Amino acid sequence: MGNRCAVIGVGQTRYQTRRRDVSLAGLVREAALRALEDAGLTFADIDAVVIGKAPDMFEGVMMPEAYLADALGAAGKPVTRVHTAGSVGGSTALVGASLVQGGVHGRVLVVAFEKQSESNATWALTTHPPFSASLVVGAGGYFAPHIREYMRRSGAPGHIGTLVAVKDRLNALKNPYAHLRIPGIDRKMVESTPMLWEPIRYLETCPSSDGACAIVLAAEDKVTGTPAWIHGTAMRSEPLMMAGRDVVSPRAGRDCAADVYRQAGITDPRREIDVAEVYVPFSWYEPMWLENLGFAAEGEGWKLTEAGCTALDGDTPWNASGGVLSSNPIGASGLIRFAEAALQVRGMAGEHQVEGARLALGHAYGGGAQFFAMWIVGSRRP
Amino acid sequence: MRDVAVVAFAQTVHTGHDAGPAEPELLLPVIDEVKRATGLKRFGFTCSGSCDYLAGAPFSFVSALDAVGAWPPISESHVEMDGAFALYEAWVRLQHGDIDTALVYGFGKSSMSDIREIMTLQLDPYYLAPLGLDQVSYAALQAAAVNADRAALDEIVRRSRAGGRANPYALDLPDPAGEEFEVEPLRPYDVAPVTDGAAAVVLAAGDRARELAGRPAWITGIAHRAEPHYLGMRDLARSVSTAEAGRAAGVGKGPVDVAELHTQFSHEEPILREALGLSADVMVNPSGGPLAANPVMATGLIRIGEAARRILDGSADRAVAHATSGPCLQQNLVAVLDQSL
Repeated sequence: MGNRCAVIGVGQTRYQTRRRDVSLAGLVREAALRALEDAGLTFADIDAVVIGKAPDMFEGVMMPEAYLADALGAAGKPVTRVHTAGSVGGSTALVGASLVQGGVHGRVLVVAFEKQSESNATWALTTHPPFSASLVVGAGGYFAPHIREYMRRSGAPGHIGTLVAVKDRLNALKNPYAHLRIPGIDRKMVESTPMLWEPIRYLETCPSSDGACAIVLAAEDKVTGTPAWIHGTAMRSEPLMMAGRDVVSPRAGRDCAADVYRQAGITDPRREIDVAEVYVPFSWYEPMWLENLGFAAEGEGWKLTEAGCTALDGDTPWNASGGVLSSNPIGASGLIRFAEAALQVRGMAGEHQVEGARLALGHAYGGGAQFFAMWIVGSRRP
Repeated sequence: MRDVAVVAFAQTVHTGHDAGPAEPELLLPVIDEVKRATGLKRFGFTCSGSCDYLAGAPFSFVSALDAVGAWPPISESHVEMDGAFALYEAWVRLQHGDIDTALVYGFGKSSMSDIREIMTLQLDPYYLAPLGLDQVSYAALQAAAVNADRAALDEIVRRSRAGGRANPYALDLPDPAGEEFEVEPLRPYDVAPVTDGAAAVVLAAGDRARELAGRPAWITGIAHRAEPHYLGMRDLARSVSTAEAGRAAGVGKGPVDVAELHTQFSHEEPILREALGLSADVMVNPSGGPLAANPVMATGLIRIGEAARRILDGSADRAVAHATSGPCLQQNLVAVLDQSL
């Protein structure tokens, strides 16, 4: 695991459909400055910068870290650009943490972003190299069959996805940064929205957002302010094309969770983890990931959701921030999960704070449900 | 810092045109080769470097993962940068102390695209990219700033291409000839050729490295630094970030037998030589360097691989490798490889 590392600053932009008032550079700088302010630091205190985002085609800028180096105060420092599909925000945090854990740097700034309004994400996801298949359906069309298979296997009733969509949007009303803030959101409203990819309805999907998130990571001797200590980090990847790969509960996700729990000394995640920020871009991924992450036995995840266990006042709150369903600047979405987990254990999550949260999980996934990144953060020094 | 070495290196026989293989097909043989060379089938960490814009589609690294055989699932990451920066991430990961081996690879198929136009999209999208200044044009600004002697540049190209002809993996290019300009003051042969290719490197720590290679190429220093993006904010005739990375990596702490530099244009060699303080007797790019084979996103990793190979095979005792990213050498990585620690 290497040296101890803590999150000492978190900065987010308000997530919304279009940020016409800022450039890409302005957007990432806004998040970075807020994270530095939270940590009581300036760019001069930072040793290295790690940038993450999803495909460059989303904004049409190739390798934008070159252009963004100036806005992030990175001149004279090392800059690394991470890209691991939808899990990238999580992986970016882990690469940043690695620089501290490996003893290479004392303080690292990690920034992830997406400004989806500068292009068209569904188009960008649909172009494909010669000789490889494109489903021409975007992400929802790819994941809908996985969800249907989950429903078939588990016997989950059709309204479970609706419950998650309502729960996360209610949480979002307590989060000033959330994109979708829908007053009066209820099951009837979700069920009245169009079916996009059976069984996914319009309000069971994530929005397209502009936004950036930043964190400051520090070695033990450089901690300022209130730290969220990292108790475990793990990444796992598996191939996209492999006969017999279980896309409903990918082994990479199970292995990644097992690794991060082992490092953090967790044997019963549902009881020991106080709050989880989990990558749920389509509502049905909550019950699916409850099982994949070991919070519920196989086929039982939807029962926890139905019983309200994952609500803000439940025994194992998931996505108190409103989650990816409420804000989805794709490249940043994973880092937001990691950052919100840190805010919870620092006791700084505001209205959506889970009372007494001491141990939290941050989770991200990407590609064809094949890339996973996770961390466990805690208020206690490991 | 934990002792980490390059213990294996493989690269494709690069081509100057699309020879057919898709990216995973380029990668599979080189990954197989480093697995055979080390006897390793699994690695503690895997990291790759590539760029979606070369393929003109998102997620080019996703299908590449199929060539690794990532089953059972592996601990893996990817940088949207040259594979040399992936090697840096893997080196950092090895510093944690809980794993002993790492696989690194990089790949690029430039033949499918117009690399000069694509590199335009790397510029600031609001002010610079709309000007349409392509890669050779902004390189020419740097070439003009450095004001290198024409005969010296010709000699660099002649030496690089001769090196490439002697290198079974590089392109077979003739000696420089012709007076016309590509973009003044650069002539067509001052520009690295369009190339398809891939490379893989295995890193190992401590005793594991000694088990896997007779003469491990120990990384005694590795660092990278960025500079401002805007060309007007830099002295283009100098590479401050290379000098700083070179100092951090300890280039000057001993004699340098050979240097492999990521020179995509002939005029970059004198800039980098000066930044790294390399004396005239240091052999630069004996492999031919990027001017003889430039599989974009693997080119920098190949510099580390070529430098390491000379340690591994005993033809050098101390070598320097350099990789770059961004317009006009904006960001630079320097590694020092040594036969002893």
